[in-house]
Amino acid sequence: MIKVDMSPFRQRLNLALKDIKDGVCSFNIWVMLGWLEIKQLYRRSTLGPIWLTISTGVLILGMGPLYGRLLSQDLSRYVPYLAVGIVLWSFISALITESCNSYILAEGFIKELKLPYTVYVLRVVWKLLIMLGHNLVIVVLVLGYFRPSWGWELLLAPFAVLLIAINGLWLGILMGLLSARFRDIPLIVTSLVQIAFFLTPIFWKPSMLGEYQWTANLNPLFIFLEIVRAPLLGEPVHGYLWMAAFGVTVIGFSITLLLFSRYRARIAYWV
Amino acid sequence: MTSILADSIIVEFPIYGGKSRSLKHTFVRAATGGLLSRNAAERVVVRALNRLSFHFVEGDRIGVMGHNGSGKTTLLRVIAGAYEPVGGTISVVGKVATMIAITLGMDPESTGYENIFLRATIMGLKPSQIAPLADEIAEFSELGDYIHMPLRTYSSGMAMRLAFAVSTSVSADILLMDEWLSAGDAAFSAKAQVRLNSLVDRAKLLVLASHDEKLIRKNCNKIMRLDHGEVVGFEAVSAQPAGRLPFAV
Repeated sequence: MIKVDMSPFRQRLNLALKDIKDGVCSFNIWVMLGWLEIKQLYRRSTLGPIWLTISTGVLILGMGPLYGRLLSQDLSRYVPYLAVGIVLWSFISALITESCNSYILAEGFIKELKLPYTVYVLRVVWKLLIMLGHNLVIVVLVLGYFRPSWGWELLLAPFAVLLIAINGLWLGILMGLLSARFRDIPLIVTSLVQIAFFLTPIFWKPSMLGEYQWTANLNPLFIFLEIVRAPLLGEPVHGYLWMAAFGVTVIGFSITLLLFSRYRARIAYWV
Repeated sequence: MTSILADSIIVEFPIYGGKSRSLKHTFVRAATGGLLSRNAAERVVVRALNRLSFHFVEGDRIGVMGHNGSGKTTLLRVIAGAYEPVGGTISVVGKVATMIAITLGMDPESTGYENIFLRATIMGLKPSQIAPLADEIAEFSELGDYIHMPLRTYSSGMAMRLAFAVSTSVSADILLMDEWLSAGDAAFSAKAQVRLNSLVDRAKLLVLASHDEKLIRKNCNKIMRLDHGEVVGFEAVSAQPAGRLPFAV
C-alpha cells in the first residue's frame, strides 16, 4: 500500500527512514546494478578496471621516490604512507564526486519506478567498494614489501573502511538531492575535491606542519583517511580521531535526514 | 481488496531553466530580495494533473483516454508511485506492475539471458523467483542461440520480444499499461497477444491509457476521459456490465 499526502514533519521523516531501510534491504538490486557498472568497464577491454589500479600504481611509483626525497623522508616509511593514502583518497574522492550524480544518472529509473531512492546511492557506494578492492592489490604489494610492524589495531582497518562507506550513504543521499536540484553542485564539488587532495595529508605528513599540526585534525577527510591508514602502517590511532569520525557520521546523517525527509518526494520532479 | 483511491491529486512539474537551477541565482535572490527576487524565483510550472479524484476497485478495467499531453502517462506514473502528488492523496492497495517502459533496466552489453535477470530484478523479483522463469522467458522470446549474445547485436524487434517476454512474465493485482503492447512480426505478435490477454485477465484491476477508442472499448469496462489534466468524462462501456461510479469526478 502506498499512502502519500502533504504531511507534517513526522510523517515525512518516517517515509525518509523507510526509504533508507527499504533501500538497504533491496540489496539484490543495488548489488546487481553496481556489478553491472563494473562489468561494463571490463567489457571489450582486456584489463578493464585493472587499468585504474595500474595508473594508481604508476602514480605511487613515480611520486613515492620523488616526494620522499623532496621532503627528505625515509623511503621505507614514506612509500607505504603514500601508497595507502592515494588508494584511500581515490576511494573517498570518488565517493564525494560520484555521489553528486547518484540520482541524476538514475533519471530513467526514478521517473518510471517506485524504488527507494537509497538504492541508487548504494549502487554507487557498492561500485566504489569493488573498485577499492581492485586497488587493494597495490596496498598488499607495497605493505608486503616494506612490512611495517603491525599491532592489534590492524583489525580496526576493515571497520574504518566500512565507516567510510556508511558515510558515503548519507553523502550520496544529500549530495544527490542537492545536485539534482542545483546542477552547478557536481561541477563545484569536482574542483573542490581536486584542491582537497593537496590540502589533505596524503603526500605530506601532519607532523611536517610543526606547531600547526593540530589543523590537520580539523579536516574530516584526514580523519577518515587516518583511521584506515594508521593501523595499516602499524601506527597508533588516536581515540579522538575515531570520536570525530563518529561525530561526523552522526551530524552528516542528521542533516541528511532533515533535508531528505523534506525534499524526498521532489527528487522525481528534479532529476 | 485491490483498489486505487485518489482524492483531488495535483501533479505539477517545475520547469527549471538554466537560471533558477543555478546556485548563483538562488544566492543572489537571497541577498537582494524585493522585486529582483521575484524575477529570479519566477518559474514556469506545468500542472499535469489538476485535482483528479477517482476510485477504482477490483474488477475495473479502466480506459484512460485523452490527447497527447492530457496527463495519461503522468497518471499511470503517479499510480505506479514514481511521482508523489504535490497535493491531494492517493492510496493504492495491491501489487502494481507497470508496462510503461518495458525495456527499462536492460543493458546493451549484457547477453539476452543476463538481461532477463536484469529486467526482472528491476521489476522487483528476487533471484530465486527469476531462475524458474528464465528458461520459459527465453523460450517464449524465440531468440534461439541469440539469447547468449549481447543485446546490442539484436534487431530492435528481437530486443522488444525479449523485453515483452520478461515484462509479461509476472502477474500483479494492478496492471498499468501505456498503449497496448505489441511485439515482433505477425506470427510472434499473435502469440504475444494471447500472453498479454492472459496477463490482463489475471489482473484484478487494469488501467490502460490510450487515445485509441476502439482498443479501449474492446478491453475496458469504464472510460475516464482526461483533458489538460482534468477528468472531463467518466462513462461505463455499454457492452459490458457497468461497475460502480466514482465517488467524485
